[in-house]
Amino acid sequence: MAALTPENFERARAIVALYPKARSALIPLCHLAQSQDGWLTPEAMEDIAALVGVTPAEVRGTASFYDMLHTEPVGRHVIAVCTNIACMLGGAYELLEHAEEHLGIAVGQTTADGEFTIEEAECLAGCDTAPCVQVNHRFFGPLDAASFDALCERLRSGELGGDVPHHGTLCRVERAVGLLATEGERGGDER
Amino acid sequence: MITDAPRIVTSRLGHSDSHTLERYLATGGYEGLRAALARPPAEIREEVDKASLLGRGGAGFPAGRKWSMLRPAEITYLVINGDESEPATFKDHLLIERDPHQVIEGTIIAAYALGVAQAFIFCRGEFALGLERLSQAVNEAYAHGALGRNIFGSGWSLDLVIHPGAGAYICGEETALLESLEGKRGFPRIKPPYFPAAIGLYGAPTVVNNIETMSNLPWIVRNGGAAFAALGQGSSTGTRLFALSGRVERPGWYELEMSKTTFADLIMDPSLGGGVKDGHDLKAFIPGGVSAPWFGPEHLSLGLDQDAVAKQGSMLGSGSVVVMDDTTCAVRAAWRITRFFYRESCGQCTPCREGSGWLEKILRRIEEGAGREADLDLLMDACDNIAPGVSWPPQQTTICVLGPSIPSSIASGIRMFRDEFLLHVKEGGCPMRDAR
Ligand SMILES: Cc1cc2nc3c(=O)[nH]c(=O)nc-3n(C[C@H](O)[C@H](O)[C@H](O)COP(=O)(O)O)c2cc1C
Ligand code: SF4
Ligand code: FES
Repeated sequence: MAALTPENFERARAIVALYPKARSALIPLCHLAQSQDGWLTPEAMEDIAALVGVTPAEVRGTASFYDMLHTEPVGRHVIAVCTNIACMLGGAYELLEHAEEHLGIAVGQTTADGEFTIEEAECLAGCDTAPCVQVNHRFFGPLDAASFDALCERLRSGELGGDVPHHGTLCRVERAVGLLATEGERGGDER
Repeated sequence: MITDAPRIVTSRLGHSDSHTLERYLATGGYEGLRAALARPPAEIREEVDKASLLGRGGAGFPAGRKWSMLRPAEITYLVINGDESEPATFKDHLLIERDPHQVIEGTIIAAYALGVAQAFIFCRGEFALGLERLSQAVNEAYAHGALGRNIFGSGWSLDLVIHPGAGAYICGEETALLESLEGKRGFPRIKPPYFPAAIGLYGAPTVVNNIETMSNLPWIVRNGGAAFAALGQGSSTGTRLFALSGRVERPGWYELEMSKTTFADLIMDPSLGGGVKDGHDLKAFIPGGVSAPWFGPEHLSLGLDQDAVAKQGSMLGSGSVVVMDDTTCAVRAAWRITRFFYRESCGQCTPCREGSGWLEKILRRIEEGAGREADLDLLMDACDNIAPGVSWPPQQTTICVLGPSIPSSIASGIRMFRDEFLLHVKEGGCPMRDAR
């Protein structure tokens, strides 16, 4: 836990190498760290800072701008209920209220067992399936109270494991090659 | 489709495996790129010019013209905007997940036409499946010889990197997107320079184009710009992918010929929107994302045409249409849209940062029954502070157009449904609460 594992450190180096300037890798590396720990630990932020050539405070300051990057621990399943216009017209606030009641927590909180965090999301671009919900950024919708409860049950039992990896895991497809077009022509650029 | 126009960007979506390289190759995939590579880049730029392809990201700027503005330099970049977060917009999401190779092929064609050093696709972070599909497709494109060194034996080389966002609406604004791609907070840059084509990524000239804009390119190269321009009318050429949502029977995506199809077709036709939900009456609709002023039933006969919509005081914007019916509370709708801007304002400009907060608070108190009649003037005053005159297109006092977009829904709501706002004040609450 915490600092990047040696394997992830290598992955991080490969990601940095994809960009003309190392700092561009800052956000992809934050995602990498979150896929390891579920959130951005201070130790991981130190590693990222060293990898992209900024201070740890700059990593934190940048990360805090972005909704998906968590500098505090969150639940294993982050449930984001969209309440924006299309979802609101489809009953999203009623669903969000139900979600809070069902899980016994308010928006922004995590259940005592660390299983669920609820977030009120802005439009998730799933408006044709309103009200739209994401769990760890995997789409579900339209949901009503009953299907929401059933979804929580399936998440709790681990039945959805493959479809909904733990929080922080975004893209499970790794890039197969580095930069090829400019291979051998590079050098002297800022790193 | 209402007209007999071909499907350009959604031609494969009837196949459940539309995202695979196998299906892509079996349906003409990468033939556009091969055809492009056989011609000099300038000819490809001419085809796109001939097509009059308008950018599909919201501003509707002609792609060919934007390309011609790219400042010549040793290193230039192409960045594709896949941050799609304008509320009720879900067309790029669809194209990324269901036809990632088409996005990539279009991007490679544009990169070739522009002669850039490297290309990036900035994909909204919340699209986990989309990121996986794009990444898989990029790996396949390299293995297929469509990316990397000496593409399809042409001697031309290109690298393409998929870059994940991390959750911030403002990063859809192109200069904020570039800041974010540079590993910083997504703060829009001060203009001028007005276009990244002059100063963009790392200060180098950069073209920023939308996902759907790119998705049109393989077809344009294969069929010619003239064939594209023959569809639609006037400056609104080709087809466009519309996202329909809200109080409508058949929400979803519909690729329609521009101009020749109307809002009435989109919302009411049984093969498209299928009419207002549960037989209710249409109250209003938003014609192009929540930054756009609202339209009423009297605008239904209007064509899906960029200039026609602009002439009527709104915009086709991001191509997303939201239907409101007689159960929809106009105050609540305006409040929710304003709340969105309040949450997503990057905070650099005072009118946007403070104004959005004030507006949200006032609208909420009206909706909750604690409003005063004077609040209506107060709302318009605050709107006037953000965009003087509250006209359309809005005057801009801020770094980007997020701020000036805030008044759209509020001014529309008050103009079209003033009595409903006042009824909230008089009755001490929302008169439609029980209708929803
Ligand atoms: C607040 C704001 C948000 C935007 N969001 C997006 C977006 O999500 N996707 C997009 O393509 N363009 C978005 N745009 C427009 C971009 O700035 C830019 O015009 C566009 O990506 C250019 O591509 P195009 O010419 O192909 O349309 C946004 C603009 C603003 C002001
Ligand atoms: S208008 Fe709003 S979002 Fe745009 S730069 Fe200013 S504060 Fe940020
Ligand atoms: S409004 Fe909820 S997903 Fe778009």
